[in-house]
Amino acid sequence: MSENGDRIAPGKGLLDGLAVTFKTMTRRSTTQQYPDVEPDLPPRSRGVIALLEENCTVCMLCARECPDWCIYIDSHKEEVVVPGAARARQRNVLDKFDIDFSLCMYCGICIEVCPFDALHWTPEFEYAETDVLSLLHDKDRLGDWMRTVPPPPAHDVLGEPSKEEATAARKAAGPGAATAAKTARPAGVRATPPTSDPGSPSAPPASAKEPER
Amino acid sequence: MPLWLDLLIRVAAVMAGFLVLPLVIGQAEHKVMAHMQGRVGPMYAGAFHGWAQLIADGVKFVQKEDITPRDADRTVFRLAPIVALFPYLVVILTIPLGPGLVAQSLDIGLFLVLAVLGIGVVAVLMSAWASANKYSLLGGVRGAAQLLAYELPLVLAAASVAMAAGTLSLPGIVEAWRPWWLIWQAPAAFIFFIAGLAEIRRPPFDMPIADSELVFGYMTEYTGLRFAFFLLAEYVGIVVIAALTTVLFLGGWHGPFEEQLGWLWTLLKIFALSFVIIWFRVSYPRLREDQLQRLCWLILVPLALAQLVLTAAVKSLL
Repeated sequence: MSENGDRIAPGKGLLDGLAVTFKTMTRRSTTQQYPDVEPDLPPRSRGVIALLEENCTVCMLCARECPDWCIYIDSHKEEVVVPGAARARQRNVLDKFDIDFSLCMYCGICIEVCPFDALHWTPEFEYAETDVLSLLHDKDRLGDWMRTVPPPPAHDVLGEPSKEEATAARKAAGPGAATAAKTARPAGVRATPPTSDPGSPSAPPASAKEPER
Repeated sequence: MPLWLDLLIRVAAVMAGFLVLPLVIGQAEHKVMAHMQGRVGPMYAGAFHGWAQLIADGVKFVQKEDITPRDADRTVFRLAPIVALFPYLVVILTIPLGPGLVAQSLDIGLFLVLAVLGIGVVAVLMSAWASANKYSLLGGVRGAAQLLAYELPLVLAAASVAMAAGTLSLPGIVEAWRPWWLIWQAPAAFIFFIAGLAEIRRPPFDMPIADSELVFGYMTEYTGLRFAFFLLAEYVGIVVIAALTTVLFLGGWHGPFEEQLGWLWTLLKIFALSFVIIWFRVSYPRLREDQLQRLCWLILVPLALAQLVLTAAVKSLL
């Protein structure tokens, strides 16, 4: 029972309940008929991880950063004899690259840390198995997922330009020019006043971060 | 037409109604409840929007093992679903669809209907006691208390309309019905409908079943076809309560072109009331046992008595 101050008319609650269910009935339900109709997944959906083997240098960053330790990598070194060179060079060759999707928690850290874009998210999610051991995808299977990697979404027109673009623009402008990262941006979207740091041309924030990695 | 053929047609028609109407209403419940909850309900059985879902359910129930608990009173346990189902079949016999369109016209139709509906409590107690299960017993005792309590407002409300019509025959009541009775007998209609809901143990009056606390009340131990009989009894119960409310209070076959389309009006009114019953189920939470009894004894019974007084007063004034 409500307090005396805000007592509502008797039966109003009952009628309100009926109204809510009736309104819901007249609306379309949002059910997706999944096995019949493919779901419309948002961009950057995390379905499964694909491996582009040529890009992998066996740096082991992904395996070390993985919180579940579900990436297994084996490799050996091969000598590459370059004619005319003083001595043979060494190259890492990937023997095994397995991801155990029964352990993976889809955090995406391996993809974030990969310096050479060898790992990619793909929205494919229909790889359930009847045996949990079959969830260990080897490098062929991971490579096969590359087919399903969508093209990267277009850049946000209002966003910062990528580091590569900014660096290129800065180099083109020559030393001592205004920071490229600022000039490359559309002028209308600046939130901070343009006179905040006029005298620091050689230290854009992006390059200051570089030694930390 | 020879007597046996006449009988055969009537019995076949009643059986068809008895088997088809509950299925239609059960399917409507699946779909209406789903859409009221923002779902779509069955979509696969029968290819088009799951129209054959209840048939598939029936086939499934037939295949299930028929288990009788070891400590159960076997005869009573097995008899109970039939006892639950049979009274409704008898009630359907007496419900008029259109002018002259009734399987068995009785002068004391209303009396028979109310008497036969009272058998429901026996089925509940039989299944509850014979199951040898504490949940069943609790559900059965709750059911008995509820059915006995709500029988009173049900009968009083029906008595009001019988007084107004001056007859106990169901077709007679429909013939005597006038549109202004909708206002005169409105409290009785309301009481009859609510008490009817409680009689068939539909949510929000499903305290005897209360699946979240009593598993499934007196139906806990039932499997397979016997359980399906109980479910069928529930849906036939919806048909019967909707049909009785239609015939007693909403003027049965009265409507445009009632000579030809009377049966259609009756059916439409029955379906509309069944929709309301489903609607109530989706909208309201279950009443607690004490709230249930309070509603009956403190609201419905006094209201029904007041309605009787009103009916008598208006009747003597006319």
